[in-house]
Amino acid sequence: MVPITTLHYLVVAAALFVLGVIGVLTRRNVVIVLMSIELILNAVNLNLVAFSRMWGNLHGQLFAIFIVVDAAAEAAVGLGILIAFFRNRETINVDEIDLLKW
Amino acid sequence: MAPVATPYFFYVLAGVAVISGLFVITRRNAVHSALALIVTLLAVAGLYLMLYAPFVAGVQIIVYAGGIMVLFLFVIMLVNIERSSKERRFNRIWPVGLAAACALLALFVSAFVKGKKLFPDRPITLPESSNTQQIAAMLYGEAGKMGQYTFAFEIASLLLLVAILGAVIMTKKKI
Repeated sequence: MVPITTLHYLVVAAALFVLGVIGVLTRRNVVIVLMSIELILNAVNLNLVAFSRMWGNLHGQLFAIFIVVDAAAEAAVGLGILIAFFRNRETINVDEIDLLKW
Repeated sequence: MAPVATPYFFYVLAGVAVISGLFVITRRNAVHSALALIVTLLAVAGLYLMLYAPFVAGVQIIVYAGGIMVLFLFVIMLVNIERSSKERRFNRIWPVGLAAACALLALFVSAFVKGKKLFPDRPITLPESSNTQQIAAMLYGEAGKMGQYTFAFEIASLLLLVAILGAVIMTKKKI
């Protein structure tokens, strides 16, 4: 059995990141787009914690905690925008959110 | 002493994380996506535990799976419309998006293959028992001195305040 190295964790994080990117680029439901962004942030966090262990210090873990704070702020503001938009247009479809397009 | 069967745990957790991540982006019903995302978050928390980061794992479970996902589920219940469960899941340009994501994956793979030698084989083990204590010392400082990240911590709390105000102002009908 191959011992688990940093590279293993990086591969898992890359897979999660690519899944998140696919979700952001292809889904039409805004809620699922926001969830895909959470997937991307989780992949970044996994990378940071893996590197934190590789170098033997805790800075990466602290960055991961700050990214969790950012994710909470981003989710709150994004979902607030979504509710305000749904009240005006009765849709949560990305293709129909084109108010800024002339 | 080496932990027993660690590679198996890693592969199980990684598989669960990736497969439920796939469910997140393919399910038609947003509630199913949210539940799959919770499974992914818990699996990633398990991976943090395997990386000797128990505090980050706890924060992941409490804040992500406990807080952010409840917010998501509330919003899904507020805006869930019957129409969205019947129409197409993917937008018109999904082949382009998929191709771009595959290009990104190829970039990652080539970077990992080329940079394989940069990663040491045996990771340094962090002291697990004092993890939370050390993080607290870096965040809040110790022995009366400011920690390395105290200022960043204050900025983060300010950011959360701004986010709370922004969310409240945007969701209110009339201010």
